[in-house]
Amino acid sequence: MSKLTQRGIQVYNWIERRVGLAKPVVETAEHPIPASSASWWYVFGSAAVVLLGLQIVTGILLALVYVPSAGEAWNSLQFLNHNITLGWFLRAIHGWGSNFMIAIVLIHMAQVFLFGAYKFPRELTWIVGVLLLLLTLGMAFSGQVLRFDQDAYWGLGIGASIVSRVPVIGALLVHALLGGPIIAGATLSRFFALHVFVIPGILLMSVGLHVWMVLRLGINEWPMPGRLVRKSTYERDYHELTRNNGIPFVPDAAWKDATFAAAITLAVIACAFFFGPFGPSGQPDPTIIQTAPKPDFAFLWIYAVLAFLPPALETPFLLIVPVVIIGSLLLLPLVAGEGEKHWSRRPVAVLMVACIAVTLGVFTRLGTYTPWSPIMDAWTSDPVPVEYIHGRTPLERQGAMVFQGKQCRNCHSIGGLGGLRGPTLDSIAARMTEDQITRQVLQGGGNMPSYGNALNPPETTALVHFLLTLRGQDLTPAVDASRRLTRGTDSPPPGRPH
Amino acid sequence: MNTSNSRRAFLFKLSVLLNSVVGAVLAVPILGYILGPALRKSSSYDSWVALGSVNDFPEGETRLVDYRNPVTTPWDGQTGGVACWVRRLSGTQFQVFAINCAHLGCPVRWFAQSKLFLCPCHGGAYYADGSRASGPPPRGLFEYKHKISGNQLMVSAGEMPTLATEACVRAGRSSCPS
Repeated sequence: MSKLTQRGIQVYNWIERRVGLAKPVVETAEHPIPASSASWWYVFGSAAVVLLGLQIVTGILLALVYVPSAGEAWNSLQFLNHNITLGWFLRAIHGWGSNFMIAIVLIHMAQVFLFGAYKFPRELTWIVGVLLLLLTLGMAFSGQVLRFDQDAYWGLGIGASIVSRVPVIGALLVHALLGGPIIAGATLSRFFALHVFVIPGILLMSVGLHVWMVLRLGINEWPMPGRLVRKSTYERDYHELTRNNGIPFVPDAAWKDATFAAAITLAVIACAFFFGPFGPSGQPDPTIIQTAPKPDFAFLWIYAVLAFLPPALETPFLLIVPVVIIGSLLLLPLVAGEGEKHWSRRPVAVLMVACIAVTLGVFTRLGTYTPWSPIMDAWTSDPVPVEYIHGRTPLERQGAMVFQGKQCRNCHSIGGLGGLRGPTLDSIAARMTEDQITRQVLQGGGNMPSYGNALNPPETTALVHFLLTLRGQDLTPAVDASRRLTRGTDSPPPGRPH
Repeated sequence: MNTSNSRRAFLFKLSVLLNSVVGAVLAVPILGYILGPALRKSSSYDSWVALGSVNDFPEGETRLVDYRNPVTTPWDGQTGGVACWVRRLSGTQFQVFAINCAHLGCPVRWFAQSKLFLCPCHGGAYYADGSRASGPPPRGLFEYKHKISGNQLMVSAGEMPTLATEACVRAGRSSCPS
């Protein structure tokens, strides 16, 4: 043995004699786990911890440059993107790391749920896990605020508007959220404190507790159909399983965790490299109203749900549903702490995961193209298709101009261009008669404002005549059966010459 | 032995009590500091702000006006600015609307041709007088109290209007100008 190695061992022994951590750490690493748990399905929890570490490191690095001041935050982000060497890359890793972390936490949660790992004696591990999910989402939202751009600004407006719906203490909550009467310096400062001190502190402590309980109670064994959890026998059975059939966590299972953690970190780095950082979008200037604010990916589904609620249901929905969802997640292990763990014997559980995943997916997808939003510049940017003008009478052509000039296009598409808020009008005359169209335009109804005050009679006539030419691929025009009876004859349909 | 033990136990309990008292004393400034902005009355933020000369607003038109929020700090930067929609009906008859949609606070835009305010977020629509036309908003646009002082149009502003912190409710309550 060389002198240097000997010296090294001496130093190690000197430290270990005083710290005394090596032995318990090695024991913990080598603790026996059920052989069945050394699975690729069991890697998501450790991956979430690794991503959290990545977020902490990149977050601290960003804090070296970022200025948490409403007047300067946006500029400092531009400076990070363009003037600091690799500043854009660090921002990109932090942003993508956030998206990956939410995804991994959700996958981890679904896996734990489907494998029945929340059952006795791991109920509290699940409950702390639910808290961790909420804290992760809290980090995502507060992080989106720190990217102090237009989306962040109006996202805070949406947050304030939601909490303002709470009865009695609504105003108090708005002021507490904003730190004052408007979204301004105090708002950013308090979200900075939340994102950098408060939530990470609670998050790290909760992760510690979560991992501590995983180690103390042992990792969930691979469920077997028909092997039911009983509070009276479970712990004895589990210890037998690890004693007779156990393998050391390090290295026999940990290599899979480590491999997956490396892969997921690499995926974050690759996304950051190829797709770059998120924003910042426009400056956080509330006097610039030419904006269509949108939340980050993780919150798009909420943004979409808020588009579909009828006004009368919205406040009760916003106040009750989150409580019910979080409450049932927290109560789940206490209500269903025993019994079957295997997914093949828990059809309701599988169905629930499938339904929730599909629901979140559909609403997120809708949130990416917001069909409920008017397209504010469609009336000036999307021309009426040539074939919709061709061979039309002067009155009908004038109607096409009214159609364009009165911004009908912002909510109704023709020729595949325009808003999707109202129905597409390419074949409107095949669905509605002249009277029905006139009534709908003047009085509104359904989800349409009335245009009686915005159109004079000649404009209305022209517009309706233009709309009557829109019959898709020469569909039969809609007819009013009662009118035909009173007239006794078929009146020829106006519009497209045959 | 037993007596000294109980004496130490008593002293320990006493020290716990002492710390509870100190904690309670400390909680007063902490809570007061945290809740300070939250507990202020909404109306206490409002003051009169000049939006410009009455003649700047043509009759029958609705225009976007910016002003600086009366309560700001130097580090608020651009966020200290506020925009509002001013509608002059005729003479000294005005309506001043917040740009914040009554649904979720997004900035509504005025379309003079179709005489509608439209919200880009979820498609809330309002008529020229601010009343709800369609979409998810539960009510009409928020309106600021206003007055004409000399030749200046003034609004009572200072707070982002939401369902809980509106300066003035159009439908029903008395705080609104007629």
